[in-house]
Amino acid sequence: MERKIRVLIAKPGLDGHDRGAKIVAGALRDAGMEVIYVGLRQTPEMIVESAIQEDVDVIGISILSGAHNTIFSRVMSLLKDQGAEGQILVCGGGIIPQEDREKLLAMGVSRMFGPGTATSEIVEFIRQSIGEGMGEAQET
Amino acid sequence: MASNTEAMRFRRPWSEQELLEQFIKGKTLALARVISLVENEAPGYRQLLSSLYHRTGKAKKIGITGSTGAGKSTIVDELAKLLVGRQQTVGIIAVDPTSPFTGGALLGDRIRMQDLGLHKDVFIRSMASRGSLGGLARATREVSVVLDAFGKDFILIESVGVGQVALDIAEVVDTTVVVLVPESGDSIQAMKAGLMEIADIFVINKADRDGADRMAVELQAVLDLGRRNNDWDYPVLKTEARHGHGVDLLLEHIDRQRDYLVRTGYLKKRKEELLRAEVRQLFSETVREKMERRLAGEGSLDEVIADILEGKLNPYLAVDQLLERVKGAEI
Ligand SMILES: Nc1nc2c(ncn2[C@@H]2O[C@H](COP(=O)(O)OP(=O)(O)OP(=O)(O)O)[C@@H](O)[C@H]2O)c(=O)[nH]1
Ligand SMILES: [Mg+2]
Repeated sequence: MERKIRVLIAKPGLDGHDRGAKIVAGALRDAGMEVIYVGLRQTPEMIVESAIQEDVDVIGISILSGAHNTIFSRVMSLLKDQGAEGQILVCGGGIIPQEDREKLLAMGVSRMFGPGTATSEIVEFIRQSIGEGMGEAQET
Repeated sequence: MASNTEAMRFRRPWSEQELLEQFIKGKTLALARVISLVENEAPGYRQLLSSLYHRTGKAKKIGITGSTGAGKSTIVDELAKLLVGRQQTVGIIAVDPTSPFTGGALLGDRIRMQDLGLHKDVFIRSMASRGSLGGLARATREVSVVLDAFGKDFILIESVGVGQVALDIAEVVDTTVVVLVPESGDSIQAMKAGLMEIADIFVINKADRDGADRMAVELQAVLDLGRRNNDWDYPVLKTEARHGHGVDLLLEHIDRQRDYLVRTGYLKKRKEELLRAEVRQLFSETVREKMERRLAGEGSLDEVIADILEGKLNPYLAVDQLLERVKGAEI
């Protein structure tokens, strides 16, 4: 059986708008990936626990609320606690000021996609990043 | 756009021993990884299952199937909450269809299981059906073997109730619950889809909507006509899963059905049947794989194909020839 790229898409925060996240989820599915869509109001704890249970390659977090620094740093530290640090590609989407962007990358977030990013760019980024590791990913 | 190549890649390969150690210690990360290996049929996955097999046999497996949007995930969520309330541990497998065109899948069942995912005694895994005939039955069976070996008391398997997918899942579980909604024609749809044959318990969810009572009566009438077993009553229950109503009663009937299976000896008989099918399937798969590898290695296949194309041979004689060549060889 061919291995599929698995992606978790989550939308933290209380604002009830997940159109962007849904569009990305649909595009990744159409690109042949298995997308676990967990929807709205996700806490970092929920995101990381779901990602571990689902054994995903990628976590995609859509943030509009401006709480990106707290959320991403919490996600990264929870991944570390779980022993999954550096094993899952973490990226995000939303309006993020440039200086925060640098901070997020320093935390280990792989990429932040700004508003209006073409979904094809996201697909390509994931394929390239995961594709390379895919050979060895067939461990045991 | 800024990107971070430092953090890239990734999956630390685990040795089999390390993986098993972590699994036996009850680490979620290891459980999740074992499931992926099994699902992907990664090299060595059978050996892994073989090392875990002696830990299995305890879990009770329940299938929840029915039409899209009927409320299956909501019911599974409520059932799992009741079960953890009884100090039972729960594994959930939520199967959604793979798109036949792109090979991708959108797995959305966790949306209805929000609080559950954080419960220490619950593990939820979304699974795409991934096509291939009989492949889903194999994958769900093996993933449920893994959850069983991990020590889960109950395994709930959600799947959409259309055709082969539902039938495949029914092969894996002890009890099948079919979920319908009061919307017109759903009971007829169920009959067409073959759900009547696999159901042990029927649930009419969204009982807050019109037509639930009528549908229950109709369904019961149809069931009374065509029972598979005279000693089981095929209950028809009404639930309003969104508010948890009726799911406790559903669990009581699941328990009751289990008692029935044990009391009558059907459970044992069924396990034996399933095991027979499983070993046969494994055996023929293994033989086929080995034979095909041999054929590919020797180039015999290319030879006979060329001969057929030249009119010297036909496919039937070709098979005889191929068999002749592998005869007596070590498989
Ligand atoms: N009115 C009503 N709506 C319900 C009830 N139970 C669930 N729903 C709603 O029905 C919708 C679908 O519920 P799910 O649990 O996702 O259904 P499902 O069968 O798992 O759906 P798929 O996995 O997509 O096939 C959701 O919006 C639920 O809130 C109920 O008892 N009454
Ligand atoms: Mg569902």
